[in-house]
Amino acid sequence: MSVILSGTALDPWAEVGRHQAAAGFAGSSFGATAVFVGTMRDFNQDDEVSELCLEHYPGMTEAVLESICREALGRWPVLDILVAHRYGRLLPGDPIVVVAVWSAHRRAALEACREVLEALKSRAPFWKRETVAAGMRWVERNTVG
Amino acid sequence: MSVIHVKYFASLRERMGRAEQVVDPSMAATVEELWALVAGHERLPDGVLAAVNLEYANPTTPVHDEDEVAFFPPVTGGRP
Repeated sequence: MSVILSGTALDPWAEVGRHQAAAGFAGSSFGATAVFVGTMRDFNQDDEVSELCLEHYPGMTEAVLESICREALGRWPVLDILVAHRYGRLLPGDPIVVVAVWSAHRRAALEACREVLEALKSRAPFWKRETVAAGMRWVERNTVG
Repeated sequence: MSVIHVKYFASLRERMGRAEQVVDPSMAATVEELWALVAGHERLPDGVLAAVNLEYANPTTPVHDEDEVAFFPPVTGGRP
């Protein structure tokens, strides 16, 4: 299990490759790898967004992400989980998050990946401040749908 | 000197006009008492979350000397 927070550019595919190469499980023991990559959009609530500042709570963010990964490892027969997340200033197209789950079979990998991601979105202390034409604004709640 | 370390994040930090402060632990026994103290006798609003020592807390969670208590707005993860 690995949780990484980065204040500089995140290369999700390199992180996944690096983690898999260094992982403790044997190279042929997994049959499925589920990977989700989240990327910054250039629109939100009908406005064009030119920049995003992602604030976090150092210490607590890591603790919450580790706890989320441990819960998923306890609930699903998965071999390993990687979460890497950006903070700081982001531009449209920049990767924000990668969640990768290795498992023997696809269902556990896909379901655990989704669970980790949804828990991250609702529990991990991150706050978005976006820059639109009218200036800067805090995103005060999760969008739905 | 015994203190409780209080931190604020995001829009709440801007509203409070500071990122952190220290409070005398004899002045507050719970999260809501601490909030009342730092926010001028205001009740803890629904839109303010709290954490004690890096874990989510309730209004009635006790606070002690050397604890780190944080107040912040709801987290914003984005559209499912």
